[in-house]
Amino acid sequence: MIKVVDVSKAFNDKQVLTNVNAVFEQGKVNLVIGKSGSGKTVLLKSLVGLHEVDSGSILFDGRDFTQLKEKDRANIRKEVGMLFQGSALFDSATIEENIMYPLDMFTDMSSQEKLERANFCIDRVNLTGANDKFPSEISGGMQKRAAIARAIALNPKYLFCDEPNSGLDPQTAIVIDRLIQEITHEYNITTVVNTHDMNSVFAVSDSLVFIHEGCSWWNGTKEELLNSENDQLDDFLYSSELMQKLKNNR
Amino acid sequence: MNLFFHIGRYFVFTWKVFSKPEKHSVWFKQFTKEIKSLGLDSIGIVVLVSIFIGAAITIQTAYNMDNPLFPDYLISLTTRDTMFLEFSSTIVALILAGKVGSNIASEIGTMRVTEQIDALEIMGVNSAQFLISPKIVSFVLFIPVLVVTSMFVGISGGWVSALVTGVVSSQTFIDGIQFAFEPYYITYSIIKSLVFAFLIVSVSSYQGYYVSGGALEVGKASTRAVVYSSVLILLFDLILTQILLS
Repeated sequence: MIKVVDVSKAFNDKQVLTNVNAVFEQGKVNLVIGKSGSGKTVLLKSLVGLHEVDSGSILFDGRDFTQLKEKDRANIRKEVGMLFQGSALFDSATIEENIMYPLDMFTDMSSQEKLERANFCIDRVNLTGANDKFPSEISGGMQKRAAIARAIALNPKYLFCDEPNSGLDPQTAIVIDRLIQEITHEYNITTVVNTHDMNSVFAVSDSLVFIHEGCSWWNGTKEELLNSENDQLDDFLYSSELMQKLKNNR
Repeated sequence: MNLFFHIGRYFVFTWKVFSKPEKHSVWFKQFTKEIKSLGLDSIGIVVLVSIFIGAAITIQTAYNMDNPLFPDYLISLTTRDTMFLEFSSTIVALILAGKVGSNIASEIGTMRVTEQIDALEIMGVNSAQFLISPKIVSFVLFIPVLVVTSMFVGISGGWVSALVTGVVSSQTFIDGIQFAFEPYYITYSIIKSLVFAFLIVSVSSYQGYYVSGGALEVGKASTRAVVYSSVLILLFDLILTQILLS
């Protein structure tokens, strides 16, 4: 479980996060939703230590990440997998090498064992046969799947996904969402997904946190979402014509 | 103030680069890869430039030495000393600042803007150490090979041009190469090149590592890498020449 307590973050004079509170539970797909520029990515990057928070605590199963020394943070990071918006695969390495990289770095497995683990992860994300391809040779959806395979190579306890289906067509997007959901439930991972895609919200979320102008405005489940009386959340949720029609038909 | 900020951050960055590798086998794999991409792949341009410059120096020197009081062997002696003292270390380093420096800055900068460096950091890897120390060590170790190659090829270019143009006979050219030969010039040149290699890779890596933004900023960082490396090479050329030859 990850607990975010009163986290604030500013860049120069611009306050991006203000006293954000959230709980991300283990074995669940926890979605952070909000408009572009609401502070979702800053929150996610603060969770993994890419940004230092100005105040507040981030507890990874009780361990306060903000108070840890760099060496202890590195130990927590070894339990973290992350899927970036642009996949962030190493361009100069093949898909297999990308997935083998964390295994090379942090395990004492033999070459054969590493290869078997890499192949298992490749098969798990349905990329069988793409071992020797470079990231530039595969589609965006395949890159996302390869990045998920790399993220799960070390059996992480925590998985962070920053807008995993951005730039993908709706069908591929749902495949990626489903894959994240399956992996979360299968390996009992604490998964945090940043998104503004309502399809993802209704398809895979177990719990939701709504961020608005840097504040945690609302949290609950997708069932509760539709009955929420929060104005800001309503504006976000029913911003499209289709959603407006659905609302009116309720 | 900005200058002091960058100098301070450069030293902190260098300290981070030279921390202990996470895993030596992975580091060594990177090191061998960099030997090829930074060292072996630079031989071609070094040979090409050196051969033509050696030839040009020989012809220019011959043109300027038509006074009968000057012996002909001075032509090759001048070619040799120019190559040994300045060209094969400093000018080659300036050329490599363009080739290797821009390559490193754009590679690291692209990794930064496409979040590949963030991905390494999240895995718990010291990204500066992992990406940059193999580059520095490989290039510093390989640059003497480039310098000695440049010396040999430059003088050979001079010899070929002397034969083709007939400005001096082959025997006189070879006599001039051997006349008053000072082996310390090679040591001096190699010492300078080691410093230059460190400057090229560390300054270019620094420029790439702290890029923020997109493709435009990567391009700017690449340009800054070449400009700052070149200026520092010229500055250290002066300092090292004063220290090593005075």
